[in-house]
Amino acid sequence: MFTAFFMKIQEKGHIMIKKEQRILMGNEAIGRGICESGCFLAASYPGTPASEILASVVEFSKETATGMHIEWSVNEKVAYEIALASSYTGKRSAVAMKQVGLNVASDPFMRSAYIGVKGGLVLVVADDPGPHSSQTEQDSRSFAQFARVPVFDPASPREAKEMVPRAFALSEKYEIPVMLRPTTAVCHARQNVVCEVPRVLDRKAHFEKNPGRWVATPNFLTNLHRLLNEKMDVIADEEDFFPSIVAGDGSRKGECIIASGVAYAHTYDLLEHLGLLGKVNLYKVDMPYPLNCRFIETINDRYNRVLVIEETYPVIETQFLNRHIQGRNSGLVPNEGELTPDVIETVLQTFLDLTAEERPTSTGGKGRRPTLCPGCPHRAAFYAIRDTFPEGIFPSDIGCYTLGMNLGAVDTCHCMGAGISQAAGFYHAYAADSDDFPTVVATIGDSTFFHAGIPPLINAVFTKARIIVVILDNSTTAMTGNQPTPQVGLLADGTPGNQVLIPDLVGAAGVRFLRECDPYHVDEFIGHLKEADRYCRSESGGVAVIIAKHPCLMGKGKEKPAQKYRVTVTEECVGCKKCLTHFECPALVFDEETKRVNIDPYTCNGCTVCLAVCPVGAIVAEEKEVE
Amino acid sequence: MEQQIIISGTGGQGVLFLTRLLAEAAMQQGFDVLTAETHGMAMRGGTVISHVKVGSFKSPTIGRGKADYGLFLTASNLDVHGDFIKASGKLFINSDKAGDYLHIDATTLAVQCGSQLVSNLVLLGYAVRHGSLFCGSTVMEEIIKTISLPRHLDANLQGFTRGLHYK
Repeated sequence: MFTAFFMKIQEKGHIMIKKEQRILMGNEAIGRGICESGCFLAASYPGTPASEILASVVEFSKETATGMHIEWSVNEKVAYEIALASSYTGKRSAVAMKQVGLNVASDPFMRSAYIGVKGGLVLVVADDPGPHSSQTEQDSRSFAQFARVPVFDPASPREAKEMVPRAFALSEKYEIPVMLRPTTAVCHARQNVVCEVPRVLDRKAHFEKNPGRWVATPNFLTNLHRLLNEKMDVIADEEDFFPSIVAGDGSRKGECIIASGVAYAHTYDLLEHLGLLGKVNLYKVDMPYPLNCRFIETINDRYNRVLVIEETYPVIETQFLNRHIQGRNSGLVPNEGELTPDVIETVLQTFLDLTAEERPTSTGGKGRRPTLCPGCPHRAAFYAIRDTFPEGIFPSDIGCYTLGMNLGAVDTCHCMGAGISQAAGFYHAYAADSDDFPTVVATIGDSTFFHAGIPPLINAVFTKARIIVVILDNSTTAMTGNQPTPQVGLLADGTPGNQVLIPDLVGAAGVRFLRECDPYHVDEFIGHLKEADRYCRSESGGVAVIIAKHPCLMGKGKEKPAQKYRVTVTEECVGCKKCLTHFECPALVFDEETKRVNIDPYTCNGCTVCLAVCPVGAIVAEEKEVE
Repeated sequence: MEQQIIISGTGGQGVLFLTRLLAEAAMQQGFDVLTAETHGMAMRGGTVISHVKVGSFKSPTIGRGKADYGLFLTASNLDVHGDFIKASGKLFINSDKAGDYLHIDATTLAVQCGSQLVSNLVLLGYAVRHGSLFCGSTVMEEIIKTISLPRHLDANLQGFTRGLHYK
């Protein structure tokens, strides 16, 4: 993984210090920071853009002899609670997730601000302005403010790593959880980063019982709330978090720009490009909440023109209680979307009264949309579902399989686990009108099922919903980089855990119809779907579950198996394009000249599922000779 | 030394690997480096872009019209990412068609090397051969040897060399 590095010589006074540098992705830098801070436990659930944090903790923790406890938890709420209890014993603990993961973990998170921690607890929440790979572009700094928890906002991988030990120290000083909030642009940036040696702290677990704090019934909470507020007031007065400044030369008196996170980095580079760095006062905020109280006074007293640039909500801006500030509230900074250098450049031009530089004109190409991989088992399952129930309703969920919308087999995608609850909701809405309800087929991946699919399944059984649930079991968490699931049974470090099987869980949820099938066997799979529909509509029918089981083709470190079949299209092809619209495999290409479909042999993986799709049997496969 | 480079392609073509190679090569030569990448769902066969900034930058992202070089693994992406390149910038395109850019049919050459998957290395070799990138062929070969998976090393080097000695 991190093999290439060299020794950079830094000058510090008269002493030459040799420091090891490595190219680290932002998420790896955070993982490194966690290991360098003497953290004992790290828990996470994968989600872009946070997924690589835990894997790098696994990797870097190998550099010390003391084993950390590192786990992929089943969901973010569980991950947070595990880290929280570990911190109660005095051990430093970390938990990492994407921004919508904090929605799932919000219950333990909110209360942990009141109750506090013992060993440092650092919560890494990766936001996704844009959003590039999420269902919202919510700002977790607002969540920190809502919970009354301090939050750091790093501008680069290097800085993200440096903020981890600062966050642990702050957490322990005030016995409060501390959030580190990188954004996609930081998480997925790579940078040369100086690495220290991972640390091990000599601490033994010691949980001191104190029911008034750890149990904290309502009687205790007003006081805990007061203590929390007092902590925040003191932190807001800490000198360490007074924003740093790149001072101007006085030529732009009364004006300043305040920025945080990667928006600061963009602003810095743009000001340099525009020749304005060192002309206008530029403040860099490391801790957007609580904003340093003396800084608030300074800005409100000294400046009459202030621009605030931050992602994604006006968290810094609103703490000034100053209506004259230009930013999101004034409408100068767009209130939606990522603050790319292009967006910030336009904002700076307006604020600093500059003429716009000419940019090359965009030809406006949109690029190719993402699609399921050639040979993906989900494609086969989606084809069968849509072909069997052309009038069906198809709630789905979060994962690669959301791309089933390209095949017309995904009608909703909301949040983790919502597909099953929504399926039941659709059923109840239609069933109230007539007995002739549409077939509702929910699809959910194996990892998502463990994460949030079990309670809605129990609920659907209990409330007599008549729905089909297809669990797309590809034995991995594919979208985020193939993290193992409880059914795979491998722990984060690759050692075996205790397997938990999906069929057992389905049975325990009270489901009385369960079939398992490889979706590559399209006819058999369609047979199960039809049987499931009959079951749903039968007198004693209810929830029917089909597990579509075929491993993901993109598994980590897997050498792809040699292709057994060469798939081609014969002259029988009538150019109806059903394979393109209903199956949408990237290997199927329409030839405008011949008006026939061809198969790109480099893209095709020889799964042969498309043979079942072609209505005239023009797609054929021949067995390849073994090389 | 300051250079801003974009790498444009389709998920699965090895854009991320080229990004890593360039970043490691920059560090090896003592430069500061920042890159930005596309991850997650967009990578599933969709259009992807990476940014590489060599020198004393703070932001990992390249603004439109500010890139010095563009490496395009998918020629049709010129429509999507072509405007990242500044007027005086240079384009290295994987294409068999001539145009207002430097081009090499990296896909065909990669297939001749035994794997279409090394077309990214062919294009990289071709760009390094041009001589204006921040790094030379010796450094890049070293980096390829260091970070390639053992089972890909031979093919990667072969692809790189094919691009490097093109024509």
